[in-house]
Amino acid sequence: MNTTDLGNLVQFAFLIGASLFAMGLHLMNSPASARNGNRLSAIGMCIAVISELVFVANSSPGIGNWLIIIGGLLVGGAAGLRLARTVAMTAMPQLVSLFNAMGGGAAALLAIDDFIRLSGQRTPEGALASLDGWLIFFIVVDVVVGSVTFTGSLIASTKLMGRLKGQPIILPGGRFLSAVALIVSISCSIVLVLAGAGLFNYDTETLDVLLIAALVGALIFGVTMVLPIGGADMPVVISLLNAFTGTAVAMAGFVVGNVILIVAGALVGASGAILTKLMADAMNRSIANILVGGFGVAEGSQAAMTSEGGTIREVSVDDAAIQLAYASKVVIVPGYGLAVAQAQHGVRELADLLEARGIDVSYAIHPVAGRMPGHMNVLLAEANVPYPQLKEMDDINPEFERTDVALVIGANDVTNPAARTDRSSPIFGMPILDVDRARSIIVIKRSMGRGYAGVDNPLYVNPKTGMYFADAKQGLANLIAAVKAQ
Amino acid sequence: MNVGTLINDLTVFVLAILLGFEVISRVPATLHTPLMSGTNSIHGIVLVGAIALGAAADNPLTGVIAFVAVVFAGANVVGGYWVTDRMLQMFKRRPVPKADKPAE
Repeated sequence: MNTTDLGNLVQFAFLIGASLFAMGLHLMNSPASARNGNRLSAIGMCIAVISELVFVANSSPGIGNWLIIIGGLLVGGAAGLRLARTVAMTAMPQLVSLFNAMGGGAAALLAIDDFIRLSGQRTPEGALASLDGWLIFFIVVDVVVGSVTFTGSLIASTKLMGRLKGQPIILPGGRFLSAVALIVSISCSIVLVLAGAGLFNYDTETLDVLLIAALVGALIFGVTMVLPIGGADMPVVISLLNAFTGTAVAMAGFVVGNVILIVAGALVGASGAILTKLMADAMNRSIANILVGGFGVAEGSQAAMTSEGGTIREVSVDDAAIQLAYASKVVIVPGYGLAVAQAQHGVRELADLLEARGIDVSYAIHPVAGRMPGHMNVLLAEANVPYPQLKEMDDINPEFERTDVALVIGANDVTNPAARTDRSSPIFGMPILDVDRARSIIVIKRSMGRGYAGVDNPLYVNPKTGMYFADAKQGLANLIAAVKAQ
Repeated sequence: MNVGTLINDLTVFVLAILLGFEVISRVPATLHTPLMSGTNSIHGIVLVGAIALGAAADNPLTGVIAFVAVVFAGANVVGGYWVTDRMLQMFKRRPVPKADKPAE
């Protein structure tokens, strides 16, 4: 077949691939069809990749080129498979970050390669033969966004793995370095685009230096942007980096003239943008505020003053078990502390026991429970909690008034009624789970330590609240034994 | 880049973003993690571009760039789909009876 015909056929295959991506995402609108959706999307990917391989084979590249392609596929595929098969569900956020880094990095490399190719085509005077403002624009945006995503996601992943401290890391002069890196990167990019549009006359070497400066600036900015961001803000950061990767991939599509990259990048970018907004709204903070970083760092000193104003009532295991065993409706409110203590299976076991007694049990999941959007749902699904029991915030909040016992495990800020009532609280306005409206509340908590926001939680001094001080896993085990004894 | 191509590509880009907003805003919060990991695999489509780089590589520098790009994108695609599938198979209406489950 001649190259043009084959090229058209490949384009058509890409159209099918892109459609399958969109249809696959559509099927994600329900847990019942989501798995098929993902498979549909995978089929689209296979069609696109195989078509590209056929197209490449038709141009009969050298053995070295085949080595690069097949070798790269084998190495990358094996590494990806290994990671995907072995990763623990608690470690999903770092894996997703890692894949973000790889996608963003690969997209940036595509643009760098294209730039090198352009640089290679010089006129005898040393100027570029075919510079063009739009092409340079897409190259530069791809390189900058892709590089920020690459280092930013690697840092996020490292922080989530616990290799770096989860708390905000404030480097001396970090904010200054961050600003300088960003300014250098953006101004070099602008000069490059203007040069591409023909407004300046630069030789190739200068353009190379400018691109390298933009690249290095972006790589540094990725690091300094994510380092100061604390653990509980990770859902926002991961979503944002996801949106960045999508953008970088779409830009790569413009650069190499490939429509399926543009479509896929746009879909991912839209998804990342929606999730970023949802997460930021769920914390009632602007994205800029999160990126500037350091929740609780500034307010930490004042928070200590408000700790009196009520007494804490401790509840014994047996009392807690009696309350649960004779309730008719129980809502479990799990927080990230539950996952840290690996107590998901314990919580499901308790829920099974209660259900066997005819009690209506559901789970109230705050959007930012966990380290990435929806994380808590996956952790509970892994523990065999049926998904119809997993309730979103807006669905469960009206139900708390009819709830006999709200059992809070490892969640703090997302249950803090001060967010509703206390205008002076740093978390005022954050949407919360209305746990305090339940008839009684049991909180399993290790100590009276504060949550991520560093503020006191009036829920704990509410007369309806019984505090059970224990590690989530051990506490649940005791509770299970006590309920069985009822 | 000629203006015609640019306009075509921009059209596709803008429509795909609108489609993305439409489709993704219907995904329930319960599935946000698989959604993100699923879209992550979709952006692994850069693999197609990376393969093209591999075929066009004609010197050590572009060869290394292409190889790294293929490795990254390949890991992204394979790992992304696999782990998303692993997650989604856990979402069940009712748990499987214990007897059917492999020992943990």
